[in-house]
Amino acid sequence: MDPDLLQFSPGAYLAPAVDWLNKNFHPFFDAVTKLIEAVLGGIEAVLLYPPPYATIAVAALLAAFFVSVRVSVVTAISLVFCLLAGFWTASMQTLALVTVAVIISVSIAFPLGILASRYKKFEAGIRPVLDIMQTVPPWVYLIPAVMIFSLGRVPAIIATIVYGIPPMLRLTTLAFNQVPKDLLELGHATGTSPRSILFKIEIPSATPTLLVGLNQCILLSLAMVVLAGLVGAGGLGAEVTRGLTRMEMGLGLRAGLSIVAVAILLDRVSRGVLQRRQRPGKAA
Amino acid sequence: MNAAMNEPSEVLVDCQSVWKIFGGRAQAAVKAISERGLSKKQVLQEFDCVVGVSDASLQVRRGEIFCIMGLSGSGKSTLIRLLNRLIEPSLGKITVKGKEIARLNAAELRDMRARNIGMVFQSVALLPHRTVLENAAFGLEARGVAKDERNRTARAALEKVGLADWTSRYPNELSGGMQQRVGLARAIAADPEIILMDEPFSALDPLIRRQLQDEFRQLTKSLGKSAVFITHDLEEAIRIGDRIAIMKDGVIVQVGTAEEIVTKPADDYVSDFVAGISRIHLVKAHSVMRPVAEFKSAQPHNDVNALLRTSPEADIGELIDLTMQSDRDAVAVVEDGTVVGVVTIRGLLRGVAGKPAG
Repeated sequence: MDPDLLQFSPGAYLAPAVDWLNKNFHPFFDAVTKLIEAVLGGIEAVLLYPPPYATIAVAALLAAFFVSVRVSVVTAISLVFCLLAGFWTASMQTLALVTVAVIISVSIAFPLGILASRYKKFEAGIRPVLDIMQTVPPWVYLIPAVMIFSLGRVPAIIATIVYGIPPMLRLTTLAFNQVPKDLLELGHATGTSPRSILFKIEIPSATPTLLVGLNQCILLSLAMVVLAGLVGAGGLGAEVTRGLTRMEMGLGLRAGLSIVAVAILLDRVSRGVLQRRQRPGKAA
Repeated sequence: MNAAMNEPSEVLVDCQSVWKIFGGRAQAAVKAISERGLSKKQVLQEFDCVVGVSDASLQVRRGEIFCIMGLSGSGKSTLIRLLNRLIEPSLGKITVKGKEIARLNAAELRDMRARNIGMVFQSVALLPHRTVLENAAFGLEARGVAKDERNRTARAALEKVGLADWTSRYPNELSGGMQQRVGLARAIAADPEIILMDEPFSALDPLIRRQLQDEFRQLTKSLGKSAVFITHDLEEAIRIGDRIAIMKDGVIVQVGTAEEIVTKPADDYVSDFVAGISRIHLVKAHSVMRPVAEFKSAQPHNDVNALLRTSPEADIGELIDLTMQSDRDAVAVVEDGTVVGVVTIRGLLRGVAGKPAG
């Protein structure tokens, strides 16, 4: 028997499926593309319209007001670094990409994560899917995404979402499983409606773990958005790709450090905002 | 107080032959129990199911504090959760305020829990991200009471438990005893007729526990609430409870007043339990007194009418004091103006030793 017959080639089945999707659902994908492009364009425009110093000042002030002085200083330093490295536009593009990708990832992962904590069978069903999503090298997502949405920012966002969902989903499930049983019992014993139990007991109790999930989602999305520079997503990823293809150490390093700056910015600000909302006033 | 208690008042919670069976084949086990009357052991052998509560019947009357005492694993926590249907009974009928709670739909059950049955937990279960006031108002919030009103009610409840100055603090700033007071305030703020207390003071140190026990009893009585109080501590049950049920292995072994349980334990298990309990304040004159005629024939020189007098409800402590004051070694027990019996020193010693008169 020819061993070649036994070879496993999912691509042989997937490729026609992608083609079929392309042929029959083109208007849908087109609409998705337009929507994502519009939102991205809007965010980029807001970030890039004022002169960089103005944007940095506003960002620092907002951080000082809504988060803390420390986070405000970190914000200013990382943004100034991006500006001085010569990647202001690219950094803002990357920020916009990450923001959109994270919002979509979270709005998919959060409800599914809650479902998984409520229904063990559902959790058992999606666990292997999540494993696959996390372990398949991220470049691989880019292939079907590019086939459907062609080159540009949209396939980058789609691949990023696929990459960002698992950590958020897993930690949402964990967070809800960790809600103390006695608090749930309190909710039931006081005749609280399931909706109020969710919003007044479960979500506040789950917040610390949810924050870890959000944080992971943001940082992994950033990593993926950079990788998506390969498919023309622009931003800092494009600069890194350029540095790699031209073997320009300086360019690659500057872009790489700017990515670190953006990562620190996103991490500190997101953590700060959510922790502040959560913290029970450490009144003296 | 006993005279008022002896009047039959309205039954608020009525449990009739309630069973709770845990396990995969609980349904089959229930069927076997109702058809063949299996015992707990047989259920475990035949169906691999654990019997949490076995054939429990009890009535809680209005204004009464009903204690359920048992060691861990005796099924007392399961039983109390059956009363507000946090756990569904496998068999039997539970009626609260005349309504069979197993028949309520989800909304009716929520309403019943929000209005009629409060609960206080051993773990306190305060929400860490809310202030003391917001925690105390939680039950009212669940019921949809407007913010101003629920804060006013919660503030009043916190005042009753002595925490008026702590309303804007967070639970982690409070000591264990204070946290449990917030739990109690949360339960009474919703103004339920019945408060379920699930070992509320077990985790507190002895001094605070004692203080809270007295406060709880006084508060419940002054508000006219009924309470079902779970504890593993017989002394606590005696301090707090009007009546006490003793549970063992899911079965209610005995129900009665503290005095009944101490003086007439139903079985060896209960008598082991009550062995260490001081009788001084539990045993009353009527259970250690001897008939007047017997006293006259035993001590003909002693004039009954010259003895110091007391009521049938006087406890051993009072009787000892009275005996010490007189030189006649006996106290006459008087009810409605006539001498109904005499307590001699022998009777007192018997009472202290926990042996019923006779």
